Amino acid sequence: MEKMTRVSAGLGSASVAGKTMFCHLDAPANAISVCRDAAQVVVAGRNIFKIYTLEEDGFVERLNLRVGRKPSLNFSCADVMWHQMDENLLATAATNGAVVTWNLGRSCRNKQEQLFTEHKRTVNKVCFHPTEVHILLSGSQDGFMKCFDLRKKESVSTFSGQSESVRDVQFSMKDYFTFAASFENGNVQLWDIRRPDRYERMFTAHTGPVFCCDWHPDDRGWLATGGRDKMVKVWDMTTNRAKEIYCVQTIASVARVKWRPERKWHLATCSMMVDHNIYVWDIRRPYIPFATFEEHKDVTTGIVWRHQHDPQVLLSGSKDSTLYQHAFKDASRPIDRANPEGLCFGLLGDLAFAAKESLVGGEAGRKPYPTGDRRHPIFFFKKPDVTEQFAQVSSVLNVFESPAGGGGAAGLMDWFVQTAQLYLLSGKPFAELCDHNAKVAKQLNRPQVSTTWTMLRIMFSEPANLSSSSANHNFSKLGTLPLMNSFSMKELSSVLNERNKENRQDNIHSLETNINNNDVENEETEGSEGQAEYVFGDAELDDDDLYSMEHDNQTVEEQDYALPQEAFPLRHEIMDHPSAPEPLEKAESPHVSGSEAESVCVCLTPSESVSLISVSQLLFPPNLPPPFFCPVVKEMLSYYAEQGDVQMAVSVLIVLGERIRKEIDDLTQEHWYMSYIDLLQRFELWNVSNEVIKLSTCAAISCLNQTSTTLHINCSNCKRPLNNRGWICDRCHQCASVCAVCHHVVRGLFVWCQGCGHGGHLEHMRSWLRDNTHCPTGCGHLCEYT
Amino acid sequence: MSVSADGLASSCSCRVCSVCQKTLCDKEADICIPGHYTPGPSSFIPEHEIIEAWSVEPWPVDPHTELLLAEFCSPSGRLDHLTQVMGLHPHYLQSFLRSQVYLLRRDGPLPLHYRHYIAIMAAARHQCWFLVSLHIQEFYRLGVCSDWLHGLKHANQKLRNLNDLNKILAHRPWLITKEHIENLVKTGEHSWSLAELVHAVVLLAHFHALASFVFGSGINPETPTPTSTYCSCEINGNNQPEQDVLLSSSPESELECLMERMKRLQEEKEEEEATEEEMFTRFEKEKEESLLVGSGVFNDKVTLSSRVSRFVEDDSFGYQDFARQGEDNPPTFRAQDYSWEDHGFSLVNRLYSDIGLLLDEKFRTVCDLTYYNMASHEGVDTSMLRRALFNYVHCMYGIRYDDYDYGEVNQLLERSLKVYIKTVTCYPERTTRRMYDSYWHQFRHSEKVHVNLLLMEARMQAELLYTLRAITQYMT
Repeated sequence: MEKMTRVSAGLGSASVAGKTMFCHLDAPANAISVCRDAAQVVVAGRNIFKIYTLEEDGFVERLNLRVGRKPSLNFSCADVMWHQMDENLLATAATNGAVVTWNLGRSCRNKQEQLFTEHKRTVNKVCFHPTEVHILLSGSQDGFMKCFDLRKKESVSTFSGQSESVRDVQFSMKDYFTFAASFENGNVQLWDIRRPDRYERMFTAHTGPVFCCDWHPDDRGWLATGGRDKMVKVWDMTTNRAKEIYCVQTIASVARVKWRPERKWHLATCSMMVDHNIYVWDIRRPYIPFATFEEHKDVTTGIVWRHQHDPQVLLSGSKDSTLYQHAFKDASRPIDRANPEGLCFGLLGDLAFAAKESLVGGEAGRKPYPTGDRRHPIFFFKKPDVTEQFAQVSSVLNVFESPAGGGGAAGLMDWFVQTAQLYLLSGKPFAELCDHNAKVAKQLNRPQVSTTWTMLRIMFSEPANLSSSSANHNFSKLGTLPLMNSFSMKELSSVLNERNKENRQDNIHSLETNINNNDVENEETEGSEGQAEYVFGDAELDDDDLYSMEHDNQTVEEQDYALPQEAFPLRHEIMDHPSAPEPLEKAESPHVSGSEAESVCVCLTPSESVSLISVSQLLFPPNLPPPFFCPVVKEMLSYYAEQGDVQMAVSVLIVLGERIRKEIDDLTQEHWYMSYIDLLQRFELWNVSNEVIKLSTCAAISCLNQTSTTLHINCSNCKRPLNNRGWICDRCHQCASVCAVCHHVVRGLFVWCQGCGHGGHLEHMRSWLRDNTHCPTGCGHLCEYT
Repeated sequence: MSVSADGLASSCSCRVCSVCQKTLCDKEADICIPGHYTPGPSSFIPEHEIIEAWSVEPWPVDPHTELLLAEFCSPSGRLDHLTQVMGLHPHYLQSFLRSQVYLLRRDGPLPLHYRHYIAIMAAARHQCWFLVSLHIQEFYRLGVCSDWLHGLKHANQKLRNLNDLNKILAHRPWLITKEHIENLVKTGEHSWSLAELVHAVVLLAHFHALASFVFGSGINPETPTPTSTYCSCEINGNNQPEQDVLLSSSPESELECLMERMKRLQEEKEEEEATEEEMFTRFEKEKEESLLVGSGVFNDKVTLSSRVSRFVEDDSFGYQDFARQGEDNPPTFRAQDYSWEDHGFSLVNRLYSDIGLLLDEKFRTVCDLTYYNMASHEGVDTSMLRRALFNYVHCMYGIRYDDYDYGEVNQLLERSLKVYIKTVTCYPERTTRRMYDSYWHQFRHSEKVHVNLLLMEARMQAELLYTLRAITQYMT
């Protein structure tokens, strides 16, 4: 009874004194535990073992348990636990394998009561029975769990985990006899304390060690486990097979997990490495932590809720030698800083957009899917729980994809045929070929291919070539160049709050990655060596700034890059972007007009655009040697070939010619050529196929034109085969192929009637048959010329 | 530029071990026979034993590993000697190959030629021509930057920066501090990213340890070089120094003794527990004793042949004992505060994904590998012996396990074995056939290779622990 009153008093004080405070310890802490009355906390570590009292405005050291001249390894604690029934009783797990109990009621300085040295290896965990005073459980590296009755000198029972190290043991809060043990091999076992011979149940919870587990304080069937695989999982143990009901993915291996009192869905975690924060998760929203405590400077090793009925105060010990009390009201809430909208360009010109459902789903009237678009709602939450002060977020993800695009993903091969016909592979200067092909690709809605051509042009054009041709002409053509992807963001809501800025930042990032992908080459040209630079325009950076940069450049390399300002047609560029943006615009417009507060409108209208990003070929130093790019281009070609777009690979190969040919081995080249030619012939693009064969530099390919080019002909007089020469018969010594019109021997194209066998020069026959219908020889046959 | 892999190899002097050198001096005679070459993969182990192990049917390795083998050995078309010897333990070979292939061939932060060059650098620290030549070939095959093969001076600055870490890691890993990491990672033209650094560190540790294995098992070079890596006295097997005979009274009793001790320790465990102070002193004693072991006379400088030395800078930096009398020793590394399972794994896996899993599997395999055999005895639990070997290596590197009684080491590992362990782990290039032969006369060669595997992995883990701890400190 007396105890009970103290408890309530303790609770009262705890809820009053719940402010964030800390104190320095002398040494790193390994574990902490709190007394039942929530007024004292014990800190244990390799070189520390102290009890602190929690005062209203700070920690006060009450007792140092580490006594003796030369403290033994028994003081080197891996874990500590304060008994939840008896406030004088403590237990520690020592790194040398000892389990020690301490009685604070002892009058002498040394409070050590009992020492159990039964474990052979480090003891990782000790745990008192929640309701039974004398029962203590330990779990050790040697794979054994031992149950001690504190009235006896030895363990009463030993549980073998089959030689796998035990990382954590926890008595069930509700079931008197049950405890859970987690193991280094990823298993979790349930034991009945009365049956040491065999576990009740075992299941694999994680890959790699399970560092911790915790029973839900209210719900008897729930067990939370945390492992090295960076996951926290919540298991429902009431069913026959343990069922994973929730899973939280954290960013580092999970060292401790503790359910938050009085909050059914909340649990706190801290990590073992790298990440120093303490997170409180709502398990129903596993993506963003509910609250974060960021005070520690080194990894947090122990967390405990100060009072088992007070959800507001959390205590933590850390390797940075501090002990903290965290008040929940001071926690940072990542959700407040999180950006609820996301926008990202795909590699092939697709666009994904995620936003709160209320923003997107609100417009009932709008036509949900503009042509060719797909919409995937990916996650949403169930009905909001009113008791929680918790922002329930449902989001919708839209993916817009350009209907014709995707490099023929739709199965239509029109693009292939058109590309094949429209591409120019030779006959013009390199730069023009590239430009032309880029334009073709763009018209066919293949932005990636188009960009590739453009990049190639930039890479391999000699600066000298650039300057030689008229600069003006050159750059107006290149107008499409400097901006590879640009979009504008227009702020509708008058409040430009932080979130929006972040959003924008995100977008920039997404673009950045997008660009990288687009370029095929990534880091290598991406400015790491100062050889190529992209300007990532900040939102604040207006056009003038951009221009001024160009001006700078201009002065440096005046001759090469004299450039009128209007050669940067940002707006046109945006307009030029094919169908991808348009559906988006449509999709968003209703809600733009709705102009809800907080909404970030993404629109691609060219008006008032601020260029967020521009890639300018001007910034390339003119002296960059083209061979520098060869490895990149080589990879690019292989990439296209692997993607099935062998057309691109071969076209680039031909256009680049000597520039790249040596980089790719002949066999691959041949393979590509063969595939492409085969494709072309299937589409009956004979001319293109022939052109490709002709332009190919592979011996094996160009000889394709030479095969089956033999015509076996018979003499038109004696009907015998003409073997040696085509125009004179060995047998009858007559000129076989005499033109029926001019009576000269025909060399070159000889056209003849298949009916009568007479013929002659193509031109002569054509003009003859224009006026006559009979054979020119007068054989009386009605020849037809088609 | 035409640089052939072997063309760079300049002539080198024949290696003569210290004992022979003495006798040479005494006799003033030139008995060194250049061109002597023992057949087979190892000069310590008779060829037929290895062939037998490989001809076991069915070959106890899954098809996946066979693929790995095929991939790894395709260039030369045959298995290298190292793999052949390691094949005595096919289970281990499996996880070894898996991690090695991952390190050298699969996706990773470092470009392929860097990886082989780092391997060369690491092996060169121990003058392990076997590994150096192997990776020179691999490097050469990649066909880039072949002028780097002229020596470290010709490599780029970034790799040269790594040299410092390489030498410390190879010889005195406990000296690594976060400043070393900082120097490499800090922004600059030749800086390393953390992921690259972790990859490099794993490579370094892997090849340092592998060099230990190569020397410890007496792996023969792939191509019979005019000069054997091992002194001719070892190869001939004669010239057994008399001290061995004195040491062990009779080979039969040696084994019995060891078995007896293991049994006794097992029983003792149940009863008596040593006090803290005793445990502490036992560790200290082992640590200090390890100094005396073998670190006798190294007056002879192992002359570096130029073909290896071009990859080594500052070759005077060698092994020094962790604990040195009368000096400020670095603090003992507490295994419980930074363990591979908890901390090392997480860090490695974070920065270089999946390597953690592979290494973890490898460590696990080597620690759990047992055939329940000891020499002629069967059904023996050797876990105690294995743990003693593993922990003794860590002890020499100043890593202490709170829950281990270092008295066991003393009981289980005889002096000649300790000498061997210390030589193989700390300065493997000094390993001689005599050392190999002088311990555990009863035991099979495959068991000695098993010992080597344990030593190699323990060493690798120790190096990793020290470096990863420094990286962790740098990151926090």
